[in-house]
Amino acid sequence: MSQAPKPISARRAVLTILRKDLLLERRSFELLPAMGLLALGTMIVLRFALDQETVSGDLAAGSLLVPLLFASLLGVSRLFGSEERDAGVQQYLLSPAPAGALLAAKVAGLALVLAALEVVLVPVFGLLLLGPDLLPVLPEIVLVLVLLDLTLATLGGIVAGIAIGARSRELIVPILVVPLAIPALIAAQAALAPVLEPGAEALAWRWPGVLAIYAVVLALVGSVVGEYLVED
Amino acid sequence: MLALLAGLRTHHGGELSVLGHALPAERWALRGQVGLVSHQPLLYRDLTIRENLDYHARLHGLPDGRVDELLAQARLQERADQHVGALSRGLTQRAAVARALLSDPPLLLLDEPLANLDPVASELVGALIAPRDGRTRVIASHDPAAALEEADGVIVLGAAATIKYVGPSAGMTAADVEALYR
Repeated sequence: MSQAPKPISARRAVLTILRKDLLLERRSFELLPAMGLLALGTMIVLRFALDQETVSGDLAAGSLLVPLLFASLLGVSRLFGSEERDAGVQQYLLSPAPAGALLAAKVAGLALVLAALEVVLVPVFGLLLLGPDLLPVLPEIVLVLVLLDLTLATLGGIVAGIAIGARSRELIVPILVVPLAIPALIAAQAALAPVLEPGAEALAWRWPGVLAIYAVVLALVGSVVGEYLVED
Repeated sequence: MLALLAGLRTHHGGELSVLGHALPAERWALRGQVGLVSHQPLLYRDLTIRENLDYHARLHGLPDGRVDELLAQARLQERADQHVGALSRGLTQRAAVARALLSDPPLLLLDEPLANLDPVASELVGALIAPRDGRTRVIASHDPAAALEEADGVIVLGAAATIKYVGPSAGMTAADVEALYR
């Protein structure tokens, strides 16, 4: 007689799902180009709407964060796309892997996609919009963006989990993500604005700290509700 | 009904216990112990058969080599590197059966498992999902004569999932089942 299967660890389950998702994205190459086009398009519109050759400080920070927010909304709404198309959640729930690992893998996947997007977006931002030199402040920008990616990805994962199978997903995602992302965006804006001024000031650690705390709070919420969102 | 037995849906009345686990409270304990072949193949169409089976094998913590074993049993080795979305319905069904059997589960839930299969493939899949010690099978079928040949018990569902009959199959004929439908 078959023995009860030994559950695999959450870490192994996350890596297995992540590997599958990256393979699917590499093969279809849908999400990253779509997010990239949306972000770059938004940045170009801002370039002309602001009617300035270059921007710095608050305007520069906003011009980087708004395209990222739009792109992340697209990413969140497509986060469970392959699972919905191919009954992936049911596939997963037939395995002994921890249910919450599916959500964790989606969060990790979205964070990676956002980071990949920024690898292109930040240099374009430096060339197209930013007045002050980008390179000296790149480490500070990278730090803030990594924290923002983790926050947006965790928030996006929770919201996408809530919206799985919902016919009005395209409506639910922005309605929930945008208001809940506001604290993270304010913190990122406050952290980046002084860094993007001409003669950049040192990074004020208070705001990255706020971002990190918000990311941890969302991660805790996700770890508590993740299993229920996937199973129900 | 098969989705309920697999723990993928929650029932709204009565009590349900599968493999000794009360559902939905002990749904977690059922996971990994059910092989489901449903009207959906439960495979990613943009992945190859091998990639799909590898994914499920990893989630089940199965040893290397189990995927090749199932590919050989289902005679899918030559098609293993084709995308599921490009397969015929018959091949997709064989791949879905291979996926359901990967972990050698004690409970198999089969929704028309021989649908879309030619006679040779039907014989092949029939052997893979054949009754054996330690395995319980629940087969949903619209072919009472074929289903009764292998069944120990019968549940006949009528319109709106009303139960027309629950009991042993002994002495029951296809004509009896058809009469219950009318």
